[in-house]
Amino acid sequence: MRTLYTFHGGIHPPSHKAQSTQKPIARAPVPSTLIVPFHQHAGEAAKPVVQAGNHVLRGQLIGLPDGFISSAVHAPTSGTITAIGMHSVAHPSGLPNLCATLVPDGKDEWTTLSPVTDYRSHSPAELQQLLRMSGVVGLGGAAFPSDIKLRVGKLKISTLILNGAECEPYITCDDMLMRKSAGDIVRGAEMLRFMLDANEVLYAVEDNKPEAILALQQAISASSPDLQLGGRHEVIAIPTIYPGGSAKQLIRVLTGLEVPSGKLPTDIGVQCFNVATAGSVFRALAHGEPLLSRIVTITGNVRNAQNFEALIGTPVDELIALGDVLPNTNGYIMGGPMMGMSLPGVNVPVVKATNCVIAASENIFPLPPPALPCIRCTRCVEVCPADLQPQDLYWFSKSRDFGKAQASSLFDCIECGACSYVCPSHIPLVQYYRFAKSEIHAREKEKRAADIARERHEFHLYRIEREKQEKAEKLAAREKAAVAAKAVVEHTGESVTK
Amino acid sequence: MFSALLVMATVAIVLGAVLGFAAIKFRVEGNPLVDKIDAILPQTQCGQCSYPGCKPYATAIAAGEADINRCPPGGEEGIRKLADLLGVDFKPFGGDTAAPKPKSVAFIDESTCIGCTLCIQACPVDAIVGAAKQMHTIIAAECTGCELCVAPCPVDCISMMVIEEKITNWKWKYPETGLTPT
Repeated sequence: MRTLYTFHGGIHPPSHKAQSTQKPIARAPVPSTLIVPFHQHAGEAAKPVVQAGNHVLRGQLIGLPDGFISSAVHAPTSGTITAIGMHSVAHPSGLPNLCATLVPDGKDEWTTLSPVTDYRSHSPAELQQLLRMSGVVGLGGAAFPSDIKLRVGKLKISTLILNGAECEPYITCDDMLMRKSAGDIVRGAEMLRFMLDANEVLYAVEDNKPEAILALQQAISASSPDLQLGGRHEVIAIPTIYPGGSAKQLIRVLTGLEVPSGKLPTDIGVQCFNVATAGSVFRALAHGEPLLSRIVTITGNVRNAQNFEALIGTPVDELIALGDVLPNTNGYIMGGPMMGMSLPGVNVPVVKATNCVIAASENIFPLPPPALPCIRCTRCVEVCPADLQPQDLYWFSKSRDFGKAQASSLFDCIECGACSYVCPSHIPLVQYYRFAKSEIHAREKEKRAADIARERHEFHLYRIEREKQEKAEKLAAREKAAVAAKAVVEHTGESVTK
Repeated sequence: MFSALLVMATVAIVLGAVLGFAAIKFRVEGNPLVDKIDAILPQTQCGQCSYPGCKPYATAIAAGEADINRCPPGGEEGIRKLADLLGVDFKPFGGDTAAPKPKSVAFIDESTCIGCTLCIQACPVDAIVGAAKQMHTIIAAECTGCELCVAPCPVDCISMMVIEEKITNWKWKYPETGLTPT
């Protein structure tokens, strides 16, 4: 039995997971139109490489990675690109973003795929490039490009953690995927282990998912000849506590190590990937299939809560229709109830980060009572998994005292919402932290722009001064030449008269 | 008595020499206060403060010749920061200074541009590219929105475009909470 550690705080919200685990994963039908955003991942948006009117095949590249942290975007089915333009997307701002509109032709015709026959004969760098071009990003919610997380340089990675904790209430997509495709996950995990050259692979699953734990254990012990597991693979049941699935907290539970502030897990020799990401890594390398679909939990105020394998770009309204939404639904949440966001509308597409869509109603999520003043009860301190002082962060963010907020480790906040959950005054604490973080980022950006402008202005002044000087020198040289010429003329004139 | 005087005189000479040496060795180049003020100013170089650029305005503030509320692009926050730095009271915008405007960048209507280079000469941060009788264009990323290029243009082909809110520059808003009277 492995020794497990604990992290500070945490909460036990009602899980509501049983609702959507009664039925196996179903494949959602190809929708009438697909809206594929070019910016589905953390970092820079992909650059469109198709035009309206082009016919594309399933798996064809439509967006090229643009920038260091970026990922490719592909056509999820065959059809015609009818438009490339702004479309509303799932973003807390409610602002539109660049999307490709694809009308499927119903043939679902694949483009030519080039699978890797023996990945062990390739260098990790080559495999990373393949993942980048396959659009593989973290499927846990942050959608961070996986190839970047595999670029560890000279750092030695001892432990690779496969994150199947799925700590947020309602969401069951990883649970159902582990039950259904544990073999793919283990194969993908082995590929990730190979690329990182890690000694051990730990599959962390919360102990409220016994079926998933069993499925993974069986997949590891099944002596399939193609598996060839290197290193030690072990499934670990971790205690069910929110936010136990957050990378830093999970590392703490499994290894007892703490990721220092401002550092990455790789700095302490650990790297984390979501289990579904491992599954898509396997498909990308072994079958050459880019990331075209993902499992989405449809739950909440619906008659038929279930997990669906939906194509990226499926409009949310067509997907939730499969769940048979009850009439008193008053909104939708993408992601979980703790960290997810209210959707501005249902005409937004499913993206790589969409793990769950919850239909909300007055009964499930009653309107929070108005926020009352902070009474400094420090219940937020007791539950904070990052060991922060949330009431201080709130105080400084509220009064826009960003310097002090930053000094109180605002950027170590993982925005898990545990503090807001327990706050007896119902203060939307996380909203204040998000506000402060984005203000600080904007200020830093402005400061950088101002520094560049100062430099350019100083150069501008220097250039004008230099031009003036050059002009004066030229003038002086010309005058000198004129004087000399005159002297010569006078001299020759004199000699002539002589 | 004499030895005491001698000791005191020696100490005075030594310390004087040390201080004299330190004054030369650790001499502060330029005025550090000017640089601190200049770091707060937004570097638009627009001249709305009636000084030819941010640095001259910073110098004037440091010398006590200019008020701290003459920089519209810096906004009220800029005034607050200057007040904090200088230990003076906050002063709202007023008098002859223009009101702060939303941040914008210049845009050249390239079909109207005659290539006179007047705007290139006016730009304080060299953010306009072009040559005589060739069409000019703005490097939007470098434009500070100072509007100095607008007036010199003989064909009025430069307009200021407000930077729109997009997903890339969107910020989380200040939460609106609290009791509302029923």
